[in-house]
Amino acid sequence: MRTHSERQLKICDTTLRDGNHAVSHQLGRTDIVAYARAAELAGADLLEVGHGNGLGASSLQVGRAALSDAEMLTAARAQLKETRLGVLSIPGFATVERDLKPALDCGVDEVRVGAHCSEADVTRQQITMLRAMDVTVKGLLLMSHMASTKKLIEQARLMEGYGANAVILMDSAGAYTPAAVDEKVGALVEALDIEVGFHGHNNLGHSVMNSMAAIKAGATIVDVTARGFGAGAGNAPLELVAANLHLEQIETRLQLFAALDAADLAESTFVKRIPTNDSVTIASGIAGVFSGFAAPTRRAAERFQVDPREILMELGRRSVVAGQEDAIIEVAMGLAEKNSLYDIV
Amino acid sequence: MAIIGTGNIGCDLLLKVMASPHLRCDSFAGRRTSSPGIELADSRGIPTTAGGIDALAEMADRIDVVFDATSAKDAEHNWKILEGLGVPVIDLTPAHLGRFCVPALNLEECLAEPNVSMVTCGGQAAVPIARCFSDAAEDLGYLEIATASSSASVGPATRANIDEYAFTTQKATHEFCRVDTAKTILIINPAEPGIVMRNTIAVPDSENIDMEALRVSVDNMEKRINSYVPGYRVVVPPVATGDRIMVTIEVEGLGDWLPRYAGNLDVITCAAVAVAEGRAEARR
Repeated sequence: MRTHSERQLKICDTTLRDGNHAVSHQLGRTDIVAYARAAELAGADLLEVGHGNGLGASSLQVGRAALSDAEMLTAARAQLKETRLGVLSIPGFATVERDLKPALDCGVDEVRVGAHCSEADVTRQQITMLRAMDVTVKGLLLMSHMASTKKLIEQARLMEGYGANAVILMDSAGAYTPAAVDEKVGALVEALDIEVGFHGHNNLGHSVMNSMAAIKAGATIVDVTARGFGAGAGNAPLELVAANLHLEQIETRLQLFAALDAADLAESTFVKRIPTNDSVTIASGIAGVFSGFAAPTRRAAERFQVDPREILMELGRRSVVAGQEDAIIEVAMGLAEKNSLYDIV
Repeated sequence: MAIIGTGNIGCDLLLKVMASPHLRCDSFAGRRTSSPGIELADSRGIPTTAGGIDALAEMADRIDVVFDATSAKDAEHNWKILEGLGVPVIDLTPAHLGRFCVPALNLEECLAEPNVSMVTCGGQAAVPIARCFSDAAEDLGYLEIATASSSASVGPATRANIDEYAFTTQKATHEFCRVDTAKTILIINPAEPGIVMRNTIAVPDSENIDMEALRVSVDNMEKRINSYVPGYRVVVPPVATGDRIMVTIEVEGLGDWLPRYAGNLDVITCAAVAVAEGRAEARR
């Protein structure tokens, strides 16, 4: 078993990116300024900022953002010194010329390039180009519960080959158990020369446990958000991960009380609803559907008068991936039509 | 005619050309002596070469038209050579070196063009519906196209040039539709069996759309495209969902080269064959 004892654990705070899913991408300039300052004080290693689906993703398909990418990034940039500024870039949404280059001009320190867990080769263009410009790049494997350990190793090695500085397994559906984290993260740590990270969601109530299991298995990057602010059932809460790291005496740059303060600040300003589990987010976790589908699924269920859980289960059967939000409407309309056949009105 | 590029698009195209009474493939050109594509052509008795564009250049006087099914970068190089030799090209890469062609919208105007750009698979599928939106609107401000294709049907050239795909599809949307801003999104889905290619065309509900006119024109467009892409279907007719007005279409393929779900191949290869047949007919 390889150890990465020489690598200190790094905390990536995605409150201002993944959290944007929870407010339909409506985070405003004052929210970003206030939280970026708090994240700097808390000692987060990286603060990821932007639309929930990353650069260039503001759209009808996945929701339009209140601010442009540049407005969000410049607002955060001015507040950060030690904490590095990061963005998410998903090829298919973001392009190099239109989105990535302008973002780098706003002072972004690190780009995390994401792809569905079996499609890593679409990240080649962006990773190689960014590495040639000497930008720190990390590869993200989205919806990674959908691929076998063997497949994840193969895909992570592709990203490593393109020059990625780390690979992060995303539990985009909140479908992992701690045992699965241990197996998949451990296997990646074993197989790669670069760092491995984990990004948890809470649909089955495992986000903190999974984050700690990832660290034990050798992950040196963990993603968190204040109060778990994020789509559906939310993410791994910064304050709970900070508390557990404190108890376990695991060394990071985080300042415990300042991290708790950052989470309090988030709650008192822009976290409209603390993420919690309800029947919709649980169905989403069981179905293994992207957490970000919860809100549009609720809206479609309301509009077409069908059960949101049935929509999610059907989407799970179809193996839809993040970004296929248009399928929600199609499934909801199909269910409505099917139900009307049985109406005895 | 000849085909250069022996990947998914090239193979599917070859099978469609062979099925056409008006077209004959005299050379199937790649760069490797053995590939699934070369094997396919060999097994069907089609002359093959591993000499790529140079081999085609040598037989230029015997070729009426070249289909380019390589990659955006290679297509540029190929066109430099073929243009010098006076050989017309029907380009299935997103290189956009000549006039954009979507047969349902402008086939007649493209028949004499030396280089015809078939946009992208998403463009062939979605731009006609985008045109229906712009025809049914007053001053359309924003329109977007989201395309989801199965993993197996998206080949290495597209994956390596995913940005070119986006820009070319966007450019074609602007060329054929009156719209201030167009945006494209591409999603690759690895589900097994593969998902049928899906395209959603949407505008914000704030746009002023004549829904009845849109319904009628989407219906007509579907029929018109069916004349050359049989598996083209509207699965969600025009609907206002509260935040947007959208149409979803799917394209099922004939299952010639890849299984039937890979309609993203058929939608562009059928369109390219329609152009070649149109040219053959015009010459008679």
